[in-house]
Amino acid sequence: MSLLKSFSRRDKVFDFLVPAESPVDVRHGPILYLEDVSVSFDGFRAIDALNLTIDDGELRCIIGPNGAGKTTMMDIITGKTRPDSGKVWFGARHNLLTMNEPEIASLGIGRKFQKPTVFEALTVFENLELAMSADKRILPTLTAGMTPAIRERIGEVLETTGLTGLIHRPAGILSHGQKQWLEIGMLLMQRPRLLLVDEPVAGMTEQEMERTAELLTSLAGKQSVVVVEHDMGFVRSIARKVTVLHQGSVLAEGSMDQISSDPKVVEVYLGADVDEEVVRC
Amino acid sequence: MRNFPLPRPASAEAGLGDAHRRAWRRPLTLLAGLFVLLGTLITMPTVQAQDAVAIELLEALDVSSYPAKGEAITAIAESEDERARDWLSALLEGRLQRTDEGRFVIVLDNSGRDWPVADALSGEALGTMSRRDLDRIGINNALRNQLRSVIAVVDLYASDVGLRRASAERLLGEVDADLAEPLAGLIEQEEDARVRQRLTQALAIHRLEQGDILAIEHLDGSLHPRVRVALARATADSDNTELADAAQTALNNIEQTLRLNRAAETLYFGLSMGSVLMLAAIGLAITFGVMGVINMAHGELIMLGAYSTWMMQQLFPGQPGLALLLSIPVGFLVAALAGIAIERSVIQFLKGRPLETLLATFGVSLILQQLVRTAISPLNRTVVTPEWMSGSLVINDALSLTLNRMYVLGFSLLVFAGLLLIMRRTRLGLEVRAVTQNRAMARSMGIRATRVDILTFALGSGVAGLAGVALSQLTNVGPNLGQNYIIDSFMVVVFGGVGNLWGTLVAGLSLGVINQVLEPWAGAVLAKIIVLVFIILFIQKRPRGLFPQKGRAAEG
Amino acid sequence: MQWLGRPFTERSTLIFLGVLFSALVLVTVLHVAVPQGHPLYVSAYTVNLLGKYLAYALLAVAVDLVWGYLGILSLGHGAFFALGGYAMGMYLMRQIGDRGVYGHPVLPDFMVFLNWDSLPWYWQGFDMAWFAFLMVLLAPGLLALVFGFLAFRSRVTGVYLSIITQALTFALMLAFFRNEMGFGGNTGLTDFRDMLGFDLRSSDTRLGLFIATGVALALGYVLCRAIVTSKLGRVCVATRDAEARTRFLGYRVERFQLFVFVVSAMLAGLAGALYVPQVGIINPSEFAPLFSIEIVLWVALGGRATLYGAVIGALLVNYAKTVFTGVMPDAWLFALGGLFVLVTVFLPKGVAGVLAYRIRRRRRDGDLSGGKEAMA
Repeated sequence: MSLLKSFSRRDKVFDFLVPAESPVDVRHGPILYLEDVSVSFDGFRAIDALNLTIDDGELRCIIGPNGAGKTTMMDIITGKTRPDSGKVWFGARHNLLTMNEPEIASLGIGRKFQKPTVFEALTVFENLELAMSADKRILPTLTAGMTPAIRERIGEVLETTGLTGLIHRPAGILSHGQKQWLEIGMLLMQRPRLLLVDEPVAGMTEQEMERTAELLTSLAGKQSVVVVEHDMGFVRSIARKVTVLHQGSVLAEGSMDQISSDPKVVEVYLGADVDEEVVRC
Repeated sequence: MRNFPLPRPASAEAGLGDAHRRAWRRPLTLLAGLFVLLGTLITMPTVQAQDAVAIELLEALDVSSYPAKGEAITAIAESEDERARDWLSALLEGRLQRTDEGRFVIVLDNSGRDWPVADALSGEALGTMSRRDLDRIGINNALRNQLRSVIAVVDLYASDVGLRRASAERLLGEVDADLAEPLAGLIEQEEDARVRQRLTQALAIHRLEQGDILAIEHLDGSLHPRVRVALARATADSDNTELADAAQTALNNIEQTLRLNRAAETLYFGLSMGSVLMLAAIGLAITFGVMGVINMAHGELIMLGAYSTWMMQQLFPGQPGLALLLSIPVGFLVAALAGIAIERSVIQFLKGRPLETLLATFGVSLILQQLVRTAISPLNRTVVTPEWMSGSLVINDALSLTLNRMYVLGFSLLVFAGLLLIMRRTRLGLEVRAVTQNRAMARSMGIRATRVDILTFALGSGVAGLAGVALSQLTNVGPNLGQNYIIDSFMVVVFGGVGNLWGTLVAGLSLGVINQVLEPWAGAVLAKIIVLVFIILFIQKRPRGLFPQKGRAAEG
Repeated sequence: MQWLGRPFTERSTLIFLGVLFSALVLVTVLHVAVPQGHPLYVSAYTVNLLGKYLAYALLAVAVDLVWGYLGILSLGHGAFFALGGYAMGMYLMRQIGDRGVYGHPVLPDFMVFLNWDSLPWYWQGFDMAWFAFLMVLLAPGLLALVFGFLAFRSRVTGVYLSIITQALTFALMLAFFRNEMGFGGNTGLTDFRDMLGFDLRSSDTRLGLFIATGVALALGYVLCRAIVTSKLGRVCVATRDAEARTRFLGYRVERFQLFVFVVSAMLAGLAGALYVPQVGIINPSEFAPLFSIEIVLWVALGGRATLYGAVIGALLVNYAKTVFTGVMPDAWLFALGGLFVLVTVFLPKGVAGVLAYRIRRRRRDGDLSGGKEAMA
């Protein structure tokens, strides 16, 4: 019954924008730290000596052409792919390379996939319930009950994501944009310290994009957010600092204006390399 | 010329090598008999004069006392008559007989009811005679042994190397004091190295028995069981410890070599079994790689291949070789067509539902099995092995490689090479690899994935048919044939990984060898269980098999 | 214990339990109260047959739990069923005592026949009912624990897992065929006399076993229902549909899989234990891959991820099997094979799917927010 107690205790701070208790130590430096990370698939170097630092509370946009290694980078951070070499630290204390996905997730790293992945057979409500930060071991999960506090919290997220009317619909029947929102909602339920967001606005309308931008910027400061996006307009609307990835390593880093005037970046996006990228896919 | 002492009615120890000796002796002596017969026919006039002597020699055989017969045999052997060998071998095999009129005949073939016979003296064919009109000249075991030795010695003088080799082979462990002396002279004259080696060994065994320690030198390294028996006997000689020690050393050497040979044999069996496994699994791996589905009816496609071999042999009775060669394309086609039928009728409706596909194809496998049971028979059918595939390749005394396995091994590797070529060099191969890696992308590049599916399935099924053709040469063909191999093939796929032909090759061969290595030690059942446990532990380390595909495409 | 009570708030569970208990009562009444020869009389043979079906139904529920909700197509559940059966068989063997053919006070007949002079260590304790009944659950549970631990840890899923489970039951079949294993080899364990003091040949005992099996089915059903309606059940469904995503939410997927797999194996073992005294024999053929895959067909026909569908499927297929093998035994494999193809191609959601579709269509007009179960 300690579970119930913990719920009632948490109830007081039940603002989904407040990150959950996370053991991450950010007193002396960045929240995420990648050094000299490399990984190759069958001889193809997807990530090549990548260095990346995300500060606590930062909102970072990562752009880059197809095959630049953006998704692979996220795979490495979340434990899905093991790099061949390099270091990945979460705060000062946690070496992510020694952990598996659930461990990393429960440390407070949330991820939204490029292709929206929600549990189609479950309802919107159930999707959010599963994502909620809670004791995720077997027996507590088996005996977990529904409390007004949980319902309230899910209600808040539903409102934020505009899915209130669809609460008991199976997630499978949602439109692409709605699934995007649901996945963002699931991220919010997790209350992570670090959000990795892969192409959040694909399939969204202008209005929805604006709302997403608003949401992400409001999250930043309390939580760290890393956004991978193709839509330059969207990136421009939220970006403070932008990192350009190319062929698995950082090509340029800086504000949006600095980036867009960087000749290397312009060449990558418009230059002769385009053919090569297509071949590689 | 032939004034050397012949072996007398023989030792009682001759029994050991008999069984294996008899196996190859018959065709050889028949052949030799034929040559002699031919020679006799040509030289008829000169022979005529000797007939009186010859009849006398043969008459001496037809007595009731066995010792007397022994004397008569010696007499014949010493007679310098060209037909002597013929008579003696006929006598040994019970084919030297007398007609009611007292004429000596040689029965050419005593398998049927009426026997074709030839005159023992003239060699003239006398047509067939009923067995009731003939009287066999009986011999006992002692005489049989004597005859073998006598024939061996007679053959040592033959001009035909094959005969000399065979006879030298027979002399191992049969040399006695009387034979030893002329043998030494024969060794000097002998031109063929193999005959010389054998005779030296034969003589050395005799000298060893006499306590000659130097003889061991000649025996060292020989794998012949008779040599080992002689050495083992010498080690037990407590009077002469020096000899016993030397014999023991030589024996240990031989045992060492023998172990190597046994290992080589196990490896050979393992590789041949593994090659069949590979053949059975490779079609499975291809279809699984391309379409992501497991075809549970794959085993039954193997069975269809095996049955088409049987069918072809029914169509071409008496020509098993031709039938077998024809059944290679036929087996491929039958299985490939069946595969296409399965793909079109079932699998294409279950796209993206691999588990359902597994169940549906299992249903197909049940239907196919029952179909064969009803249409042909629930019993096993035997497929004849053509002559050029039977027999074995003798490497040395301890190691002989059966030819059918050799052919199966070669055939499997050939099919593998063919598949490799298709995958690497043809348009289909390129498309198959493209679809394997990323179906959606391949489609958008204009590859007609459906066509690739059908062709892949046909190819994979056809290869299963080929596996069936190969299997028909190793086991009986029955409705359960496929079931017996399907689980092993699955293990190969799991072990080797998907989408890489080399993985399947390595996995198939190594599982075959592992099985063979474990079997004598743990028994067939335990070996299977150990292999399964091994695979379960193996996938702890490499969940995607030996040669996994990496990267984005593999994550799907 | 809120989670255990949840199934009783569902309409489907109440209907299922209602039908099941009515059937139990009906069969009992028709067997006991109706005189023999009356057209409505249910013979001891039929009671026995129905009891066998119910054991199969429980087995099907166990398979549906892992296949329907976890997406793990186990082609080796027959192994757990058989292990439970063997544990029960060992108890029944020990109950024979000195009444065997050889009259040995301790050793079962086949051991005397093999010239064994003492009981192997793993036969110790099976003379006590409580120990044997515990083993009915523990033996399959332990196998599932070890096997599942290795398989799920290395993230073996999908067809790979199916194949390995099939190999597992195949290997066990080979092992149990061996006389040296000490489980009666080819013949298995048979010639049982009594159980808990009741004569297994009397029709009253058979009726009792039938009722016990029905009750076990009800309990197993409720347990599975409780699991699938809990949050854990939703984690299972999430795992089934998007395993990687579930991991990224912080769930240790492999542990959930292992937990449910072991529960399912234990239920299968229980089904086997109830099956053996009713058929009077347990032998290695229960390990045959064909049997395991047949169980999956029951579930597929009934409709997976419903649990009651599994029960319907098990009853339908086994009834058909009884009829077919009696009338034309050769045709049964054709029918079975055809059923595999037809169900997967034309009836992917099974009988239960068709039923649910009908009901949903009728309901859709009235009520639009049909998700009360989740809120409950």
